[in-house]
Amino acid sequence: MLEQIFQFLVTGVTVGSIYALVGLGFALIYNASDVVNFAQGEFVMLGAMNAIALLAAGLPLPLAAIAAVLLTALVGLLLERLAIEPAKGASVITTIIITIGAAIFLRGVASLLWGKNSLPLPAFSGDEPIQLGGATLLPQSLWVLGGTIVLVALVHAFFNRTLLGKALLACSFNRTAAQLVGINVQVMLRLAYGLSAGLGAIAGILVAPITFSSYEAGIMLGLKGFSAAIVGGIGNPMGAVAGGLLLGMLEALGAGLISSGYKDAIAFIFVLMVLFFEPTGLFGHKAAERV
Amino acid sequence: MRLTGFFIFAASVALLPVLFPDNYFVTVVGIAAGLHVILAVGLNLLIGYAGQISLGHAAFFGMGAYASAILTTRFDWPGLLAMLVGLLVTGTIAWLLAQPILRLRGHYLAMATLGFGVIVHVILVQATHWTGGPDGLGEIPALSLLGWIVDDDQRWYGVIAAAMLLSIWLSLNLVDSRIGRALRAVRGSEFAAEMMGIDATRAKTQIFVVSALFAAFAGSLFAHQQAFISPDSFSLMISVELVTMVVLGGIASTFGAACGAIALTLLHESLVVFEDYELLIHGALLMAVMIFLPQGLFVGLTQGVRRRWISRIASRQDMKGERNSTVQQ
Repeated sequence: MLEQIFQFLVTGVTVGSIYALVGLGFALIYNASDVVNFAQGEFVMLGAMNAIALLAAGLPLPLAAIAAVLLTALVGLLLERLAIEPAKGASVITTIIITIGAAIFLRGVASLLWGKNSLPLPAFSGDEPIQLGGATLLPQSLWVLGGTIVLVALVHAFFNRTLLGKALLACSFNRTAAQLVGINVQVMLRLAYGLSAGLGAIAGILVAPITFSSYEAGIMLGLKGFSAAIVGGIGNPMGAVAGGLLLGMLEALGAGLISSGYKDAIAFIFVLMVLFFEPTGLFGHKAAERV
Repeated sequence: MRLTGFFIFAASVALLPVLFPDNYFVTVVGIAAGLHVILAVGLNLLIGYAGQISLGHAAFFGMGAYASAILTTRFDWPGLLAMLVGLLVTGTIAWLLAQPILRLRGHYLAMATLGFGVIVHVILVQATHWTGGPDGLGEIPALSLLGWIVDDDQRWYGVIAAAMLLSIWLSLNLVDSRIGRALRAVRGSEFAAEMMGIDATRAKTQIFVVSALFAAFAGSLFAHQQAFISPDSFSLMISVELVTMVVLGGIASTFGAACGAIALTLLHESLVVFEDYELLIHGALLMAVMIFLPQGLFVGLTQGVRRRWISRIASRQDMKGERNSTVQQ
C-alpha cells in the first residue's frame, strides 16, 4: 500500500511539474498585463506538435526541439501583437473571450496542419524504466523533473536578478509608472507573451514522449495550468509552481485510490474549494483588491 | 410599443413554416436555432445584464436534459412532470452554487464556473449506471402535452418556437422590471448599487438561478426532441459556444443574444461542408468580433444605423432652420 502511494506520488510529481510550467506561463502573462491567457494550453500543444513535425522532417531531436520552442514563442508574440494589442483597454470578459477565440483558432490550425490523430515523440533517453525504492520511473520523467527545476530557477532569477525581469514586474505593479520611468511597456508585453509561449512549448516537448500529443492536447493542460496558477495565488510565479505540484499529486492519488475516471473532477473540486475558502490562493499574497 | 420588436420577430417565426413548408432549413435548423436562442437569452441575463461570466453553462443545459431523460426512460414519468422536476433540481443546485461562486469576480469566476462545468461533464461520463456514460441515453419518449404528442418536425418547430418566444418575452420583461434595473446598477458599479440600497448578492443570485432555469428548460426540450443524448452535447466546448452566441449578437441585448444564437447555428450548418475549417473559422470569428465590435454584431450594427439616422434627421432640421432664418432676413 505504502509502495503504491509512493508510486502515485512519483507519477503525480511528473504530471504536476508540467502543470507547474503551464501555470508559470499563466503567471508570466498575468503579471505583465493582468490578462489570463486561455490559449496557454495551446502553446504547450504547439511546442509538442512543432517538435514532432520538425523531427519527422528530418531534423535531429535537439535541433527540432529548439526550433519548435522558437516557433511557438513567435506565435505567442504574434498573438499579443495581433489580438491583444488591438483590444487594449477591453474588459476582463472581452479579453477572456479573445484568448478563448485564439485557443480555438490555434487548435483549428493544428488540426489542419497535422490531422486529428495523437502523435508520439520519442523519449529523449530510452524507455528503460528505472526502479526507485519500489516505484518505477520512466527516464523521461527525470527529464520533466530536471527541466522543470532548471526552468523555475531561471524564471526566478529572471524576475529577481535581471533588469529586464524587474522591468516586466514593474509593468504589472503600475503600467503608467513603469512608462514614466522609461520602460517600454508595449515591448515588455510582447516579451511576456513570447517568453510564456516558449515556456509552454518546452513543457509540451518534455511531456510529449509520455502522453503523446494531438491538436486538442492543450485544452486540459491549459485548464490544469490555470488551476495551478489559481491554487497558488494568481500572479505569484512560485505559487503557481507549488500549486501545479500539489494538483498533480492530488490528481494521481485520487486516480489511484478513488477512480481514474473521476481524476479531472477531483482536481476541479479541489480548485473550487480553494476558490470558495481561500480565493487569493494557498500561497498568494493577501492582496485586498484581488477579491 | 416596447414590445414592437418582439411582435415582429414572433410574426416572422410563425410565417416561416407557412412560407416554406417542409423546408429542411426551417424545421431542422430552425429547431436547433430555437433551442440555442433559449440558452443564449438566458445566459445573456447573467453575462449581459449582471456582468457575470459563466464558462460552465452547458452543465445546467445537461442537468435539464438528463433529468428528463432519466426520469422518463428509467421511471416512466410523464414528460412534463419530469421537466418540472428537472427545473426544480437544477434551480436548487444553481441556488446553492450561487452563494459561494458569485462572490468571485473576473478570472476567478471564469475559473470556478469552468471547473463546475468540467465536474458535471465528468459525472455525466462516469456515472454510467444512471447516465449511460459516454454512449449516452436513448429511446427518450416523445413529449406529450395533454394528449397532444409532439412527434414530427412540424410540431416540434411549433413547440420550440413557442418556448423560444416565451423565453424572449420573459427576458424582455425581466430586464425592464425592478430586478432588471437593480442588475444594471450592479453591473455599472456593485458598490454604488449597494449604496442605493440594492442587495447586489441577492440580485445576482436570482439572475443566476433564472439563467440556469432557462438552460434546464432548453435541455429538457432538447432531450425529448433528439430522443437521444450523450455527454458530448454538454461539454466545455458547448459552454464556450453559448458564450460566443451571447457576445456575437451583442452583450446586454435580448434580441442581440437571439440573433447571435441564430447566426452561429446557421454558420455551423453552412460550415458542415468545410468541417475541417470549422474550428479555425469559429476561433477567428470570436477574436474578430471581440476586437473590432466588442458590443457585438447586432448591437454594433443597430447602433450604427440609429446614429446615422439621428444625424440625418438632425441635419435635415438644420437645413430647415437655415431656410427659416433666410426667410426672416
